[in-house]
Amino acid sequence: MTAATNTKRNLVTAALVAPAAAWLMIFLVLPFIAMLVFAFGERAPEGGYQAAFTFAQFANLPTRAAAFWNTLVLAPVGALACLLIAYPVAYYLAVKANPRYRLILVSLVVVPFWTSLLVRTYAWMYILGSRGIPNLLSMIGIEDVRMLNTPGAVLLGIVYGYLPLMIMPIYVSLEKLDRRLLEASADLGAKPVSTFFGVTLPLSLPGVMTGVALVTILLLGEYLIPQLLGGGKVFFIGNALVDLFLQSRNWPFGSAIAVTLVAVVVVILMVAMRIAFRVAGTRQVDLV
Amino acid sequence: MRAFISSVYLFLYAPIALVVLFSFNAGRNASEFTGFSTAWYGKALGNTFLVSALQNSLMIAFTSATLAAIFGTMAALGMERLAPRNRAIFDALFAAAIVVPGVVIGIATLVALVAVFSFVNPALASIWPGEQPPQLGLGYGSIIAAHGLFSMALVTMIVKARIASLGRDIVEASSDLYATPLTTFRLIVLPQILPSILAGFLLAFTFSFDDFIIAFFVAGSKTTLPIYVFASIRRGVTPEINAIATLVLVASLLLILTARILMREKKTKSGE
Repeated sequence: MTAATNTKRNLVTAALVAPAAAWLMIFLVLPFIAMLVFAFGERAPEGGYQAAFTFAQFANLPTRAAAFWNTLVLAPVGALACLLIAYPVAYYLAVKANPRYRLILVSLVVVPFWTSLLVRTYAWMYILGSRGIPNLLSMIGIEDVRMLNTPGAVLLGIVYGYLPLMIMPIYVSLEKLDRRLLEASADLGAKPVSTFFGVTLPLSLPGVMTGVALVTILLLGEYLIPQLLGGGKVFFIGNALVDLFLQSRNWPFGSAIAVTLVAVVVVILMVAMRIAFRVAGTRQVDLV
Repeated sequence: MRAFISSVYLFLYAPIALVVLFSFNAGRNASEFTGFSTAWYGKALGNTFLVSALQNSLMIAFTSATLAAIFGTMAALGMERLAPRNRAIFDALFAAAIVVPGVVIGIATLVALVAVFSFVNPALASIWPGEQPPQLGLGYGSIIAAHGLFSMALVTMIVKARIASLGRDIVEASSDLYATPLTTFRLIVLPQILPSILAGFLLAFTFSFDDFIIAFFVAGSKTTLPIYVFASIRRGVTPEINAIATLVLVASLLLILTARILMREKKTKSGE
């Protein structure tokens, strides 16, 4: 290849990636830098941001301990609850289901994930609200049951909202599993249960890790589910952030919380990646 | 096991079905179905606030998904020509765009734009020759930019996977037959990646159309459909919201199913 064609090739490559690179710089990297700068600033008297360099915002984090506590407890608990339901479903879809219906059944799992979380959460407001299940219970004589605005309602909403996202990666890892390994295990006299725990489960661990990490991370930033189903009683970091940015306009403190949230996300990702890589070298996530 | 699987599917679909069912309820009561009626749909579509929010959402979703489809495809094509180290930087940034919670993307974009506007607006005012200098502010542009970020990462991921599964031999055959790189792209590569670009576009459209939290932060005084629905829900549950919710569900259902069919076609064609 001559120098001229090489230069031309490089120019084409640069032109191809330039718009995306600019977008990533202006709307991802720059905003993160701005957020970091704000986190060390002070709140202006009228709200918003005032330039300064102080750790006061981070020192203030304990005042929002309840939001962190709720989030850091309910996010992993929610992810584990999703996992307990998702694993059998993924296993059924990948191993047991009739291949003829498999694609339809998988589609039926994926589709809810791509429909509005707002609408799906609203559905539960409807069901758990005073005119829903509590109303039906009062007809058979059980009065005054409160379901909405409880931690249980938030957990239910979480499982409902994020179950598809947990099923998919586990399904993908189980589907890739080499069937001959299962046959070999059976031929060597292993009972189905020991084949499952000795072969299937370890080989599907990357999918499990991906699912748990994805769901946990997205839950850490969740706002709608605790807002609509927790009714201000069960609030997450996301609710504290909306309050700080859009109501009390304490942007530096809000930025400090957001920066802390990102730090937690990064730690979880690193741990999950390390475990997933140790088990098997795959990073593929099928979201669709 | 069958029973368990069936009940999970019931769990996934029964609540949605209930919302749809009660959107056709003649009465206002949420616990009693008093008769079939499409009155709530008429009421919803006669609501000018709602219709303008819907128009905003459609415009934002179309623009951000189109930009994402074009730039994301270009990035996917360009990335495989990059040196491994630069490619890894892109991979990491795109992964961050997908994995960082929406609430953080919304906040970071809000903070950065407001900071930029506070520099740019006075500067514009000082150099502007006319009486009324333009004021940059939050609005459609900031929502499109923030949605475009996630969408571009999504399109790039999908198209890149498709390119990776393409045979190199057919591209080489084309250039051996003296096709220019552009002709090869137009006649060989583009037709093969087109379904995945379309699928990426539809998913990006769906994402933008359904997103609440990012738009909530960067919309300024503008209203999108999810923001409108959220505000209505806080005022109280009514059958009218069920009607709107049903329309939103149907729209995203059509989009996602089309996207899946497009992506499936690619798989059967390449014989996977």
